[in-house]
Amino acid sequence: MLRILEINLNHPAHYISFGPFSVSAGNLTIILSMCAIFILALFLPFPNHDQAEKHTSLKSEKR
Amino acid sequence: MSNKSSWTGRVRAATLEKFEPEDLLPEVQPAYVASWIYIFGVATLAALIMLVASGLYLTLEGPAWWHTSKVGHYVNSVHLWSVELFFVFMVVHLWGKFWMAAWRGRRLATWITGCLAFFASIITGFTGYIIQTNFDSQWIATQAKDGFNAVGIGAFFNTLNTGQAILLHVSLLPLVLGGIVIWHVILVRRKGVVPPIDEAGE
Repeated sequence: MLRILEINLNHPAHYISFGPFSVSAGNLTIILSMCAIFILALFLPFPNHDQAEKHTSLKSEKR
Repeated sequence: MSNKSSWTGRVRAATLEKFEPEDLLPEVQPAYVASWIYIFGVATLAALIMLVASGLYLTLEGPAWWHTSKVGHYVNSVHLWSVELFFVFMVVHLWGKFWMAAWRGRRLATWITGCLAFFASIITGFTGYIIQTNFDSQWIATQAKDGFNAVGIGAFFNTLNTGQAILLHVSLLPLVLGGIVIWHVILVRRKGVVPPIDEAGE
């Protein structure tokens, strides 16, 4: 079952080139994943975010 | 109450004045911290803990073990994937803090210690790659040797000297990085988490 997830890395890396710029497919995948994670972190709602805001506003009212 | 005639009393008084226990271990956080972008600092710390734990195991057993045994392969992989996640989380944390100008509100020292931790991590990661004792590490070390020679520091930091690289990776650099990270976290706790730019009062 886990064999499906295996990636054979026993060969030279695949490179993508744009003029003088060159990056391996593995590194490009990680960079694009980081960009995706960053954008998702900005826009995905955080669990209990509304409750946290309510809790803080109640605390500030008490003060 | 504090005896300020002795240096221990003066250090204690100065420490308690600068680092109040309520700031170092707070029970509540501001509402804006309930956002995914504020997760990546602690995620980086979690990856660092996994790195240190798996690294200690590798240090005890040695290269013959991590190249040949099943458990060795597993712990070696945990160490590799911890460092991959460590850098991914740290870079996303860096992007988040850069775009919210996290040096605002007298937090410049926090920002600078974060930058220092990033550079120390790169050097620590690099020495890790050249002590894998495989063809990959040979390739990286010989290529880096040319680079370091070209900038004139090849004799001081000789990447072909595996003993030097191992000692740097398992003793000096973790101490330096650990010290910077602890300093960074203490500053975050002391100054508080930076609010978003559009937060009132900023």
